[in-house]
Amino acid sequence: MNTLKRNILLIPGLAWIFIFLILPCILIISLSFFERGIYGGIDYNFNFENYSRVVEFTYLKILLNSSKIAFLSGFFAVLFGYPAAYFIYKAPAKYQIALLFLVMLPFWSNYLIRTYAWMVLLNNQGLINTILINLNIIKEPLNILYTEFSVIIGLIYNYLPFVILSIYSSVSKLDQNLIEASKDLGGSSIKTFFLVTLPLTLPGVAAGFIFVFVLSIGNFITPDLLGGGKFLMIGNLIYDQFLSARDWPFGASLSFVLISIMLFLLFLQSIFVRKIS
Amino acid sequence: MKFNKLYLLLLFCFLYMPIVVLISLSFNKSGLPTAWGGFSFEWYVKLFQNEKIFKALTNTLIVATVSTLIASTIGTLLAIGIELKKVRNNIIEGTVFIPMIIPDIVMAISLLSFFTLIQFTLGLHSIIISHVVFNIAFVCAVVRTRFNHFDHSIIEASYDLGGKNIVTFIKITLPIIFPGVLAGSLLAFTLSVDEFIIAFFTAGAGSSSTTLPMLIYSMIRFGVTPEINALSTFIILFSFIILFTSLRLNKESVIS
Amino acid sequence: MNKFLNTLCILLISTLPLKADIVVSNWDGYSAPDIMETFKEATGVNGEMAIHATNEEVMGKVTASGGKGYDVLFVSSPFAEALDKMGLLAEIDHAKIPNMKHFYKEAMNLDFDRGNQFQVPYAWGTTGLCYRSDLVSGTPSSWNDLLEPSDDIKGKVTMLSTDRWLLAAGLLSLGYSVNETDPSKLNEAKEKLILAKKNLLAYDDTVFYTKLVSGEAAMAHAWDGWCNYATWENPDVKFVVPSEGSDLWVDTMVIMKASSNKDEAHAFINYILDPAISTWTVENIMYKVPNVAAMEATSGMFEQFPNLGMSINELSKNETMKDVGSAAKLYAKTVSEILAD
Repeated sequence: MNTLKRNILLIPGLAWIFIFLILPCILIISLSFFERGIYGGIDYNFNFENYSRVVEFTYLKILLNSSKIAFLSGFFAVLFGYPAAYFIYKAPAKYQIALLFLVMLPFWSNYLIRTYAWMVLLNNQGLINTILINLNIIKEPLNILYTEFSVIIGLIYNYLPFVILSIYSSVSKLDQNLIEASKDLGGSSIKTFFLVTLPLTLPGVAAGFIFVFVLSIGNFITPDLLGGGKFLMIGNLIYDQFLSARDWPFGASLSFVLISIMLFLLFLQSIFVRKIS
Repeated sequence: MKFNKLYLLLLFCFLYMPIVVLISLSFNKSGLPTAWGGFSFEWYVKLFQNEKIFKALTNTLIVATVSTLIASTIGTLLAIGIELKKVRNNIIEGTVFIPMIIPDIVMAISLLSFFTLIQFTLGLHSIIISHVVFNIAFVCAVVRTRFNHFDHSIIEASYDLGGKNIVTFIKITLPIIFPGVLAGSLLAFTLSVDEFIIAFFTAGAGSSSTTLPMLIYSMIRFGVTPEINALSTFIILFSFIILFTSLRLNKESVIS
Repeated sequence: MNKFLNTLCILLISTLPLKADIVVSNWDGYSAPDIMETFKEATGVNGEMAIHATNEEVMGKVTASGGKGYDVLFVSSPFAEALDKMGLLAEIDHAKIPNMKHFYKEAMNLDFDRGNQFQVPYAWGTTGLCYRSDLVSGTPSSWNDLLEPSDDIKGKVTMLSTDRWLLAAGLLSLGYSVNETDPSKLNEAKEKLILAKKNLLAYDDTVFYTKLVSGEAAMAHAWDGWCNYATWENPDVKFVVPSEGSDLWVDTMVIMKASSNKDEAHAFINYILDPAISTWTVENIMYKVPNVAAMEATSGMFEQFPNLGMSINELSKNETMKDVGSAAKLYAKTVSEILAD
């Protein structure tokens, strides 16, 4: 297949993203070099002040803390999601699609409603505490809700299905012959898993982790409701700049920095993956 | 094998725990999520009298279905195009990654400013266009996880042997990547059904382009009404029934 | 050929949905569900009701689109003021809204807009403490009862996180104005609010009343109208305005400058101010309205919901929240520092 034909495949997707995302975003991101007007408009006064504000201690702390929460969510989502995707793939072929649908089904209800349901489960008068107290496992209710822990649970819950889907997509291409061959050659199950299965499914794991990480770091509803608003994520901060504070220039510079960091991480990851393979 | 089943069982317990809560709340006479006021069908009666909710549900399904169809087609082509390139192109990879990482609010405001600038009329179609943007990226990422070097060579070889593009695509490429396309579409549909900020900003004014998440969020000020719990119960039960009937039908067709 | 084109045009146009005369955006459930139908019966004007989730969102939307697409918006007063200063609002023509005659005179002379030049009040109220009288010992009377709660309710307190109201609690407890712009005073309020965060269950602007009903929280920093939802479920829930004073908030109706049907927009606002419609609002939303006739018609509810019966003097002695102009950056940063600590 020649290069021309290959490039034709790329055109609709890249054009769509370029016209309806890159172009409009240039409009907004370029505002980061201007200033907030007194009442929330834009003062077209070219400067870099917003970028020096980004590196202030408060904002760096928020960036670091939300990266930590997003990382933990991504890590645990992959840890719990991998076996799930693998076992779904191991199920009889006719059930696989049904199982995938069952994984997605809860997520066709509304995000807000699901999050409220978690609040009902986790609060100190909630179901989980009531059950634990009635079973005499604990005496005093546990404070699970409105902690970093409950934020992470909420994020894992909402993004676990995405991890399962992306790992499933990559696990299901495994060549059974390779695995059989490895076992025939005397490789133990564990060895086979780490030497054959895992490396072959790494793209799915990486994609799944990235989904959870980027969706979590930009999330603002879960920290608001399950964290009781006590843990500010970078998503909340950007959202607030655009809406509550009406400081679009600063919001734009925060977004620009966030996007650059992520693209840089992606670049590192791609070098890393290339080295491995 | 037992362990597999046990693990999946626990997984589904975790995934459905809040759903069970939500279903029980839909029968809660008291309107509050935290206090049980007795069993009642009141919220179901109210739900069926609420035209606004059904209009919004229809709009949501239109947006999610159309944007998923467009995005899975374009996103799959994009994934194949990128994977068949022999050299990695960081600019293309970066471009495809941006819709995933850009904060929703930035995308929402950018799109609205852009649509206003080019005097584009807003409505359901502008929400669909916007949802396609991020759905392309997610579909593309999932489909790409399907590829490995082995597949490349088959696809390349079949094209080199003079296979017509479309024939090669349907007979060789598509079967290989199909699980990825399916997973990607499911993901896109789910994201689109639930998306709020971008939909709010790119929607036209009025109920003709109000989606369900927009309606639910606007209810916050006066408390989330249990009608929405009733609706969610309804959607989930309905999907369950479809799923199980289709499984049943499949089984029967296999037997006969 | 021309004839053909004309027919084609007419055919095309007839397939488009009937264009509404005016588009109004409001929180869902903040006005009667059939308001647009009854408005049409009364005036013959075709209206569409759009909805928004928060002030901030609809504000962001009209800013990005230059106000196109909407005719009338329901927003809280500081937002109405900012929209006006950004030049997005039309001037209110009093001759077209005769129902303003039902207003208390205080509603015509609000601090941020004397003489109602760019907004018309829809509902108003104040901010204070909403608490479970059976769980809190004694009657709270000061902002410090919220910020430095007694030991028995530590960890059972919620606060509003919307920037202006969060800071207002700190500022008022120190005896400062809710519109304070002095950096050192804001810093003092910040320190106090950071300490208060340690005793907080959560920040909550939306469902604090469900937490009060379940007993998860014993005291909430709350808007009066919202507190009534909790009182409705549990009569032990009471509302008090702290002795240091509080703010007067007003939810307003504004007309967009970009609107091409300003007469119909005025007619809509006039319709909303009809005593019968305003009475519906008090009865169903449980918020105070600035409409004398409607408040008199609903006086039967005051016993169950005492804050509805708050006298006009008591209400209007509170300070109105105004846009803080160039101090807004400082406000935003201060709030981020509190929330991120």
